[in-house]
Order: sequence, then structure tokens, then C-alpha cells
Amino acid sequence: METTAYRYRLTFCKEESVRFTSHLDLHRAWERTFRRAGLPLAYRQGFNPRPRINIGSALPLGYTSKAELLDFWLEEELDTKTIARALTRAQAPGLPVREVRRIETRQPALQAQINSASYLVRLDDPPPGLLIQTTVDGLMNAASLPRERRGKSYDLRPLIETLLVKREGDAVQLEMTLSAREAATGRPGEVLRAMDLDPACAHIQRTKLIITQLEEN
Amino acid sequence: MNTDEVERLLGRILPTVQKPGRYTGGELNQIVKEWSTIPTRMALAFPDIYDLGMSNLGLAILYDILNRQSDVLAERVYLPWSDMEAAMRQANLPLYSLESKHPISEFDILGVSLPYETLYTNTLNLLDLSGIPLRGEERTGGHPLVIAGGHAALNPEPMAAFIDAFVIGEGEEVILEIVRTFKDWKTRQEPRGTLLESLAQIWGVYVPSLYEAHYLEDGTLSHIETRSEKAPVPVLKRIVPKLPPPLTRFIVPFIDVTHNRVPIEIMRGCTRGCRFCQAGMITRPVRQRPVAEILDAVEKALAHTGFEEVGLLSLSSSDYGPILELVRGVNERFAGRHLNVSLPSLRIETFSAELMESLKESSRRSGFTLAPEAATERMREIINKPVSTEQLLDTAREIFSRGWHTIKLYFMIGHPSETLEDVRAIADLCKAVLKEGRRIIGKRAQVNAGVSTFVPKPHTSFQWVPVDATDQIQAKQELLKKELRGPGLKLNWNKPEETLLEAWLSRGDRRMGEVILRAWQHGAKFDAWQEHFRYDLWMRAFDDVGLNPDFYTLRERPIDETLPWDHIDAAVKKQFLTEDYLWSLNGRTRIDCRERCFACGILPKYADLRRAHPGETWECPEVRSPRHKSHAKDHLPTPA
Ligand code: SF4
Repeated sequence: METTAYRYRLTFCKEESVRFTSHLDLHRAWERTFRRAGLPLAYRQGFNPRPRINIGSALPLGYTSKAELLDFWLEEELDTKTIARALTRAQAPGLPVREVRRIETRQPALQAQINSASYLVRLDDPPPGLLIQTTVDGLMNAASLPRERRGKSYDLRPLIETLLVKREGDAVQLEMTLSAREAATGRPGEVLRAMDLDPACAHIQRTKLIITQLEEN
Repeated sequence: MNTDEVERLLGRILPTVQKPGRYTGGELNQIVKEWSTIPTRMALAFPDIYDLGMSNLGLAILYDILNRQSDVLAERVYLPWSDMEAAMRQANLPLYSLESKHPISEFDILGVSLPYETLYTNTLNLLDLSGIPLRGEERTGGHPLVIAGGHAALNPEPMAAFIDAFVIGEGEEVILEIVRTFKDWKTRQEPRGTLLESLAQIWGVYVPSLYEAHYLEDGTLSHIETRSEKAPVPVLKRIVPKLPPPLTRFIVPFIDVTHNRVPIEIMRGCTRGCRFCQAGMITRPVRQRPVAEILDAVEKALAHTGFEEVGLLSLSSSDYGPILELVRGVNERFAGRHLNVSLPSLRIETFSAELMESLKESSRRSGFTLAPEAATERMREIINKPVSTEQLLDTAREIFSRGWHTIKLYFMIGHPSETLEDVRAIADLCKAVLKEGRRIIGKRAQVNAGVSTFVPKPHTSFQWVPVDATDQIQAKQELLKKELRGPGLKLNWNKPEETLLEAWLSRGDRRMGEVILRAWQHGAKFDAWQEHFRYDLWMRAFDDVGLNPDFYTLRERPIDETLPWDHIDAAVKKQFLTEDYLWSLNGRTRIDCRERCFACGILPKYADLRRAHPGETWECPEVRSPRHKSHAKDHLPTPA
């Protein structure tokens, strides 16, 4: 059993320069940031004790984000402002700290709380807005969108909560909210492929991770 | 190509390659200076992938030293892995620096780290990917000055055609002299030849184009001729008299690299005198850092990096005088910080029970590596590593009884005069160690034997001896594979072809350069990577050039032969090496020269430096002050 520890939730960005850092590498980058910050991280016991850090919902390689979530446990209770300041001073380039909150220790695991994720997609060479809108309508009106991932077939349609075309002058962007539950995760790249667009020519940014129970206000 | 274009192409390419984090830069503690305002720009290259290059301490030190200068900037470059190389070549993307994404060809100086010989074809690939002419003679004032340093540079001859200047020895001081000389030359706008001549004037810099090699009819070297009176003979190795405080602001990679740790060099040089060991000879004299300085450096480095491991490095860490005090100090100071301490290269006989007790607190490894190198006492006398089997077994018992369950044992086969009996003894010794383990901790005990094949290296007592022929190596390896089987035992070995490659390159002369070039043209690269190494390409290259590989490997060189590196003075006298070689043939050993100086040549060569830096941090005996010069002469050690 773990000893008493104080649980906090960090919101951070993943910027352009670190968009190719994998989930695992990101975890280590944060461990080191906490060490540099001199914060008393709680450790899991064992032969090779690991710090108690938990990053929610892995972000695919190549995406940027404005709102990644990370839960961490400290051995001491510290003021969130103090923590945020220490983390900001120690932060790795490309991983700025946005917010630190104290949360209820006995809450379920971070990943279990995340329901959906929103993304903003910028296309290098977008087709005309009207065409995109027609494609989007087609997708949203489909009864099912059978797709395959790693040899397993699944239905993409129920994983798409919203899909909007956003126009700003000439620029056309896509806004989407996809299911992000553990067994039902929608991937923006798959949505693009379903629209016959090349994900390699898109800049995808996660804009929000949505936790239903905490978002009632 | 400008940096925006590089970035744009990268955006396209990176999603398609493995581990794109190797190619992005942007890590914590990297230094990006304003390109347009800095007059002298240097690219520091490790000619292999990022994962390996990021662990290279030498380059990290130079990066720090150079970037401390307000008028210099230094950026990093590594080689792309094959997938990235293919993508870059297809997109016409030249090799670029990680910091500012400038093409390497736009830097003033390209500095290449050459710690071992199997990086030679990679170095050609590095130049090619940068669009820099491979041969020094084809470069003009508009191309970067290509310099190289590292242990392999102690025999610079095989790479002489491709490198404009070599740093022989330690780089900490000389690098700034090179940069200054370059800057002066650039402002004077003189021809490239002038730059090379001025560089040759710097202590520790070798400019190969100022020297010419002449050969005898039998293919051996007749002599080296200098082409300019500015070219010194011999070129004396550079050393720093006192180790500067260790680097603490290391770049922290985002991706997983070979060594994820803070590397702190605690001592440089080695006084043991193992006859096969090049590093032990070329890094003399022994200089130690004080414990307090090391502890402070660890503290700072942890604060700067957040690393979870610290490596206390040296050629023989347990020979560091106050080793116990150091390990205890680390334990005390960093208790509760979940710090893992690694202490590579522990010597069997100095590996005390107390040291093990102290390491237990801070080392989370599951086992230890010991390097007896040979298994019979006769062989150990020949190589001058006189450890008794009893000492080894004692150490093994200590390790197992403290709860560790794996012992790695390093051996080398192919030492001079080795017989199959000596090889069989390796298997017997491994089994004996395993038996101790079984007795103490039962079935969990594990012995991993790493058996490499001896490659004679320049500037060692064995620089004249032949390498085992392929069939001899195979016979020895077969014997080991047969004998070292069963639960609890594991054997690692190298293919004989890999050994041969290292052997040609290590003692090659200038003509070897053509072989390296041909091999690279045929497609050889990443020769240090088993899955990439192509023996057939090298055989084709030897064939093309008309050289016989056996000339470099199987031949025993006469003592009076001119060796390709004779004009490079590693400060240990050839006379000393000769004598030591003859001693070895008689099974005579030398003790640690900290107990008794054997007059290897270091002291007279650096007498002034020694005098200026008295005391214990430099392990050779003190020399007297210049006022007593006449007496000092008698005081200097004479060859035994
Ligand atoms: S000069 Fe003497 S003490 Fe110094 S390294 Fe040589 S043999 Fe050892």
C-alpha cells in the first residue's frame, strides 16, 4: 500500500518542438522536471521505486497540445502556487505548465475520468470549404463508419461526438471532439482518413481533455 | 538551403521515420546563439546516431567550453539512421545542426569525435551528407575546416586524407587555441594553406597534409617526411595539467539514449599498465579530482538535469584514491533522493567489502562486471593484469553474498602466446564463479561471460604483435561455445570479421585511407553495428586498392620497423613500450606505477607542467623546482 500522499493535477502544453516525444519519453521528461523542481514526489515501492506520476490519454506522436493532463502525488502538502512556480522554473522546453490543482486523493485514475478529447486540425493544403462541409455532413449522417486499426475492425462513427468545419477568411480548419475512453478512443488521423485527407499533411492540436464529472459548472 | 527550408522539409520527413526525436534538437540545456552575430561557428559531430552521440562526454565538454566564449557558437550534429538518411537524400536535405538547423557546410569548423576506429566510414558519410568534399586537398576556403580528435586520433594515418587537422590528446585547452587561430586567419583572408600551417604550430595539433609517408619495397614504412618547416616531428600529445571542474549542465535528451545519466569523470589516466590497453597508456598521467569537487558537481548536475542516475567514470574507478570517501559522500548527501550511482570499471583486487557495502545503498543494478581479461595466471602475467583466481573468487563471493545475483565477466581471447588450454580455463573460471553463486544464493546465480578478441593497438606494449588468424579465433570460440553452456551461464562473443576490421584500421597507415574510401563507396557504414557490418565490402575495397589485409593483421612487426604512428608522440616512450613488450615475453610483470615509477616517459616530457602543479592530484612523482635543475636531473627517474 502507498503511504498517504497528496494528489495534484497538472495541465500542460506540448508544443511544436516536442511533438515527436513519445508518451513514455514524456513521462520521463516530467519525472526529471519534478526532480529539478525539487518537489517531494511520492514513490511507488519496489525494487526499482518509480515516482507516482500519471499522464492521461496518450497523445499520438506528431500532435501538439494545449491541454495535457498529468496527476502526481507529493509526500508533503504544498500550496499549488508554490508547486506551479517551481515546475515552471524547472520545465523542459516545449512543455510549459498551465495550471496546478489540488484534487481529491481518492478519485479514480486519471485515465478513467477522461471521457473525450477535442482537436483542432489545420490542413497544409485544404480542399475548398464547401467540399469539406459536404464530406463532413456525409460522415456525420452515416449510420456507421467501419474502419480497421491494427488488424481489428471497429466503428468510427459513434466515437465522433462533434465534427465542425471552421472558416477564418480563406483558412479552413476542422474542429472535432472524439471519444477518449479507454476502450473507445477516436483518433483524429482516422477521421481524416475517413474523409480522404492525408494525416501527414495536417497539423493536429489537442485543445481539451474533457472530464465530465469535473466540468459541471 | 536556409533554415526555414530545412524546417519545412523536416516537418514532412519526420513523421515517416523511427524515433524522430533524434533529429529535432530543442532539449533542455541546449544552447542556441544568434547565428548572424557570432563570428566563429563550430559544428560538433559524433559520427553515429544521436542515441550514442548524446552519451559522449568529450563532445559535451567541448560544447560547454566553446559556448562560454562570446564570439563562438557550437552546435551538435549526429548521423541519421538509415531510414532518415534515405529520406534526407531523397528530399535533398543536407545534414544540419540540431540547434539552429543550419546546414553543416555553412559552419566554419566541423569537429568530429573519433573515439574508436569503426566510425571511419561514418565520418565519410557525415562529410558526404553535409556536402563537404571528402578529401582535405579538395576543400577550399569556403568549406569548413574539418578537425577530429579522440582516442582513435592517436593513430591518425588511416584518416589523414579526410581530416584537415587532428587534435592529439586532450581537447579542453587546445580547442580554444584552434578557434582563435581560425578566427585570426579568417579576418586576414589568407589562403587555406596558411591556416593549416598556423594550426600545426599549436601544441597537440597534427596537420597530416604537411607530412608525407615513404614506403619500402616490402610495403613497410620507410620514413615520414615533413613538407614544411612549420610541421613539428614528433607531434606531442596535449594534456591538461589539472582537470578543470566537471561539466554540470548536460543536455537532457527527450528520447531514450544509451546512457541516461550524469557522467562525472573522477579521474583520468591509469597507472596499472595492462599491456593490451590503449586508453591506459595514452591518457597518462593519472590526474584525480578532489572528492568535494565531485560531490558539488553531482549536486549541481542533478539540479540542472533531473537525471536519476550518476556515473562516476574513469578507466578504473576503484583505483580512485578516496573511492570509499566518495561513495559514502554520495550516499550521505543524496540520501532519499532516489539516485542511482554507477561505478563502472571496478578492479577485482581493489573491490573491497566496504566499497560493496557502500554501493549497496545507492546502486540499483542487479549485478557487477569484473574484467579478469584472462583466466590463467600465465596469461595474466603476459598481459600484466596479475589478479589471482582466488582474489576473483573472493570478490565473487562477496558480491553474491550481498544479494546481487549476476556477475558479468569480461575476457579477451587472442592475447600473445595463448593456447587452447588458456581458453578452456576461461570456461572453467566462469563455472567456478557460478558454483560459488549457486552455493550462496542458489539457482538465481547467473554468470555472463563477454569474450572479445584482442586487437593490438598503437602506443601499447603489444603494438607489434599479430592478431589471431580467423581460424584460430573460430577454434577458440567454438571451444568456449561448447564449454560454456547450461543454466546460469551465458556467453557473448564478437564475429572474427568484426575483430579484423578493427585490427586493420587500428594499425593502418595512410594507404588504408583508400580502403576506407572504397569500402564507403561500396556502401559500408555503421560498421560498429553488427546488423550493418559488411565484411564483403571491405574485402572488395582491399582488392580494389591492391592492399593485402593480412599485412596489417597477421604480420608480427619487427621492433625496429617504422610504425605509421611513430611521429605521433603519446608521451610514453617507444623504448619503454619495447622493454615492456620484451618483459611480457618473459612473463615479467610491473606493479602499479603509483607504487614505483617505471619512467614511462611522461615525467620528462611534462616536467614543467608537473612542477607547476605539485601535489597528489597528479600521481607521478614530483620533479624538483628549476632552481635545482642540476640535481633535478639525477632525481628524474631513469629507465629500469
Ligand atoms: S612517469 Fe612514472 S608514475 Fe608517471 S605514469 Fe609514467 S611510470 Fe607511471
